[in-house]
Amino acid sequence: MSELRIAVPRGALFGQTLDLLDRLGLDTSEVRSNDRKLLFDHAGIITMRPSDVPTYVEAGAADLGITGKDVLLEQSERDLYELADLGYGACTMVLATVAGEDPAAEALRRLGVMRIATKYPRIATRHFLETGRQAEIVEVKGSVELAPLTGLAEGIVDLTASGTTLRENGLVVREEIARSTARLIANPVSHKLKARAIDALLERLDAV
Amino acid sequence: MVDRIPSGTRDVLPDEMRELRAMTDRVRAVFEKAGYGEVYTPALEYEETFSRNEMHSGRPAYRVFDEFGNVLVLRSDMTVPIARLVATRYRDAEPPLRFSYFAHAYRGVRPQRGQSREFLQAGIELIGAGSPAGTAEVLTVLCHALDAAGLETYRVGLGDAALYPALLDRLDVHDPERRERILTELANGDFVGLEKEVRDLHLEAADAALLLDVPRRRGGPEVLQDLSGPLHHAVTGMREVHARLAPNVADRIIFDFGLVRGLGYYTGAVFQVYDPAYGVPIGIGGGYDDLLGRFGRPLPAVGFALNVERLHIALTGEERGKRA
Repeated sequence: MSELRIAVPRGALFGQTLDLLDRLGLDTSEVRSNDRKLLFDHAGIITMRPSDVPTYVEAGAADLGITGKDVLLEQSERDLYELADLGYGACTMVLATVAGEDPAAEALRRLGVMRIATKYPRIATRHFLETGRQAEIVEVKGSVELAPLTGLAEGIVDLTASGTTLRENGLVVREEIARSTARLIANPVSHKLKARAIDALLERLDAV
Repeated sequence: MVDRIPSGTRDVLPDEMRELRAMTDRVRAVFEKAGYGEVYTPALEYEETFSRNEMHSGRPAYRVFDEFGNVLVLRSDMTVPIARLVATRYRDAEPPLRFSYFAHAYRGVRPQRGQSREFLQAGIELIGAGSPAGTAEVLTVLCHALDAAGLETYRVGLGDAALYPALLDRLDVHDPERRERILTELANGDFVGLEKEVRDLHLEAADAALLLDVPRRRGGPEVLQDLSGPLHHAVTGMREVHARLAPNVADRIIFDFGLVRGLGYYTGAVFQVYDPAYGVPIGIGGGYDDLLGRFGRPLPAVGFALNVERLHIALTGEERGKRA
């Protein structure tokens, strides 16, 4: 059994994360061949949705984890160590509204507040607070592009990699809020108690 | 309708209470034997007592007015009340002074995070004995208390709040805003953010590498050996503490160059208690040489506080691990 347990995100970062773990010398063949199983004790891997990775790592249920910077920004109060920027999974957190005259800007000017739909309520709240604008944040769980097309909100704050989904729904980027890549995070207690194993992994990471 | 209690508080029923009581009795015996007499101070203090310590990151979260309009706070730790107690009740007493406590403290919580508004702390304060002798004494009592509690696999991280600032001084990084940002990244454990801040300093490659490498250094006494000039000098404090520890205590210590601060008032040694059976630290401590002076009795001091509930979780975790 592996000394370290790593929380691996299923979803957009899954493939590149497994490739990276292969290069670091972990055996991910069982993870690749079985997409129902969640706990792979032999390889020291557990799989979960990306936004759950900080939860498991903070509690020490996993020593290390890989997730997007967007997730870490949204859960910024968590007590975690961010050890490395892994470089892949690049995307941008943006404010987007329908093309043409910006309805969010108009709402802000005439109504004093804009309604913004997002899956990232804390990032959105912080962004509008820091830029001095009033915004009503509407939290949705999926397909956020629907909100400005149906009148639920004037704009969205969402993550985009290529901009394709935004374009297909007639939305344009108005502001860039933050850039995100995959990050390696650690439980602070594991970082002290399993220093040798974690540092060995970081050295292999520097080498690949 | 069911009557609720506030989130972050809880009732303790007899099975748990018996275990907690047995554990704290064993810890109390260690404190007493080491000469740390137990004190109790009021849970309510005047707000100005806690605001003497402007650097304090664990500020009181709960305020009430008394019948005269004074603002009272629920204490957020026991170190500040004991500083007040020393400055008022022991104004002329010859230091060093040794006190222990078992008392609840109160903090604000974030929703849905399992944090406690009210938690029991067990700790000691050694007033008037600075580092390294005072630090070594307190670390020794800490390890004996953890042994008595029944933990077998615990470790104590020892850092130095002055180490990284001293390195920044030596590399002529004086801008207070930059220093604050760097120390914040370090305290948050954000090595990616730290790398960005250090890159922005435009130092020589070797100096930048030193600033990034130092906080990653942690381990047994070997990390104190064979250091280059500035770093060798910067860890003198830790080396002196190590030289004063008995082998059974020294074996428990993780020397951690990246452990730079816990609560705002630590000025020298900083420690944290870890156990592999639990993912969060179960106690914190350190030296605070400026706090007593704010109450009119400038004396160096060092102490620690164990979170009794977390100690109990770690103990049951170790027992479960042994059964498995």
